[in-house]
Amino acid sequence: MAEPGENGALPEPPGPRERMRGFIAHLRLNGFTLGPSETALSLDIVRRLDRPTPDGVQAALKVALCGNREDWERFDTLFRAYWFGEGVRRANILRGENTSTPKRARPALWDKVLPPEDRAGRPIGGAAQATNASDGEEDAEAPSAPHRIAADRRDSLFKTDLREISAKEDIAEAERVAESLASAMRYRLSRRRKPSARGRGLDLRRTIRRNIAHGGEPVDLLKRTRPDRPVRIVILLDVSGSMKLYSRYFLLFVRGLLCRWMRADAYLFHTRLVRVTDALTDKDPFRALAKLSLMIEGFGGGTRIAGALEDFNTRYAKQAIDSRTVVVILSDGYDTEAPEHLARELKRLKTRARRIVWLNPLLGWKDYEPVARGMAAALPHIDHFSAANSLQALAALEPELAAL
Amino acid sequence: MRDYKELQAKLAEAGYIAEESLAMALTLATEIHRPLLLEGEAGVGKTDIARALAKLLGTRLIRLQCYEGLDANATLYEWNYQRQLLSIRAREATEGADSAETLENHIFSEEYLLRRPLLEAISQLEPPVLLIDEIDRADEEFEAFLLELLADYQVTIPELGTIEAVSIPHVVLTSNGTRALSDALRRRCLYSWVDYPDAEKERAILAARMPEIDDELARRIVGFVQQLRREELEKVPGIAETLDWATALVGLKVEKLEDNLDLLQASLICLLKTEADQRAIAPEVTQRLMGKVA
Repeated sequence: MAEPGENGALPEPPGPRERMRGFIAHLRLNGFTLGPSETALSLDIVRRLDRPTPDGVQAALKVALCGNREDWERFDTLFRAYWFGEGVRRANILRGENTSTPKRARPALWDKVLPPEDRAGRPIGGAAQATNASDGEEDAEAPSAPHRIAADRRDSLFKTDLREISAKEDIAEAERVAESLASAMRYRLSRRRKPSARGRGLDLRRTIRRNIAHGGEPVDLLKRTRPDRPVRIVILLDVSGSMKLYSRYFLLFVRGLLCRWMRADAYLFHTRLVRVTDALTDKDPFRALAKLSLMIEGFGGGTRIAGALEDFNTRYAKQAIDSRTVVVILSDGYDTEAPEHLARELKRLKTRARRIVWLNPLLGWKDYEPVARGMAAALPHIDHFSAANSLQALAALEPELAAL
Repeated sequence: MRDYKELQAKLAEAGYIAEESLAMALTLATEIHRPLLLEGEAGVGKTDIARALAKLLGTRLIRLQCYEGLDANATLYEWNYQRQLLSIRAREATEGADSAETLENHIFSEEYLLRRPLLEAISQLEPPVLLIDEIDRADEEFEAFLLELLADYQVTIPELGTIEAVSIPHVVLTSNGTRALSDALRRRCLYSWVDYPDAEKERAILAARMPEIDDELARRIVGFVQQLRREELEKVPGIAETLDWATALVGLKVEKLEDNLDLLQASLICLLKTEADQRAIAPEVTQRLMGKVA
């Protein structure tokens, strides 16, 4: 590596290699996809620069280390933060704490996404914060779960409103079912490839190969066809206060859909929209949830469904959606914005996507009518509107997705 | 390593006005032989970068336009089936029956090989610029295949064996972001986000492409387009649209934009490419935007 500039552009100790490694780690913490080979690449590039100025190094590393537009836009800030100590206190410091002592330090904002985690059978609110601080495990052992299921546990669980499940084992079971349902659905969808004996075009190459034995006379004709592509799914999940009883299950459901199936994409929204596909696909579920809690940080106030959709339409829709995409919105439809706005954004979304499915947990309640003004405005643009308050309802989604 | 500012100046001579970051990206790409991935909205001049680079390096530009369903055969090589069939017939007629093996060796020789862009690019003596345009339109399978090629620069043809690259081409990939590219491909490439040019740069581009245009008119045109890009449009006008519009206005002998508002409104079809956008930019909006430019 070039010696640090006389103007003190690159701080000297503890050695350039270590510093660069630290920089790569710093970027990785901030969501860049980088590895050791990029450390070597960066050092190599800096070494190649004739007269490395801070700006030159910054520009060169930006080109080498960024991989997408988000990286590109954040790089300059991160570069200056690391090498010049500008705005050092960043979210990644917090993240470290979360992963190491998760039980104790569960921040209050988690409650929005993971409500019933360690409050077995107790009403939400009240002494919740205090028990959080003590320990979740003991809570679970205290046999206070009111919703004991007598007969076939699994069957009744299947029909229970997700809101009412609260004993720890029940939660675990619900997670398992949600995940396996999602996996089953994914399997079914991604297998939608038809091997066809009669293709659209001749496979001339194989035909000639095959017919050399006939002296080159094309006797057997071989054809080829392209397999069907699997459907893509985009999930927009409302994690606002009114939805918090359901969010956790939906998150697990979404995670089940994402894990191994590449063509699914997930977003959370509340007052703003965050893409969570990468965070959810983390192999360690705990780390995944820790990442999520960080991403949801700063959410607050009412739900801006229309605003979130608008954000999605302008920022992500182009690459997340193609004409074979099913958009699944999981929300109760309580919007703080004008219903016309929501209708307009849904219409925009509809022009790109194949189908819009809206799952509303409230719909499963007795006597519910979609009276929320936003919901009423949204209905004409939705292809399928159904309940999602129980695992059964989630399972019923499958034919909806497969019927494409 | 050459100074990127030098390259920037040379690009300008070749008729391409590049941002500093882009010049740096191109310098690095040629220096460390990594593919360069350019992402940006349609119409920001990504394809032209490869053209300008080829011109500047004085080499060939080999272009591969991607589309959905593009497969390895269409990009690497294909056998010339018609000629193969004819040859089989001709040999039958003249020499009588060949053994199957002789026949096979004959019709699967280099003579019957059609080189497609990727094979063509790695078999040049002088490293060419290989432009893989709109990689996001091709499917993931092709992306994986491309990744393999970009790692080894060699191609295996079952009938002929492995063909190694004669020279390593300068690879430029472009993407409009209609599909998220794989992380593997992104990691393999250098990256640059190409944005719409700012007013100053766009004026420079306009001046470079249309030297005859009046300075003041050019300033107004660019100013208007820059304002227009801030409106909510389905399809934001790119540089090509600006150039089209400027050509149209010069052709219509417009000297001042505000002189003939009807004509101006009519000429907006050069910039607005969807019905909704044309409806959104009503005459009042045009006037408001004009007000901001003046």
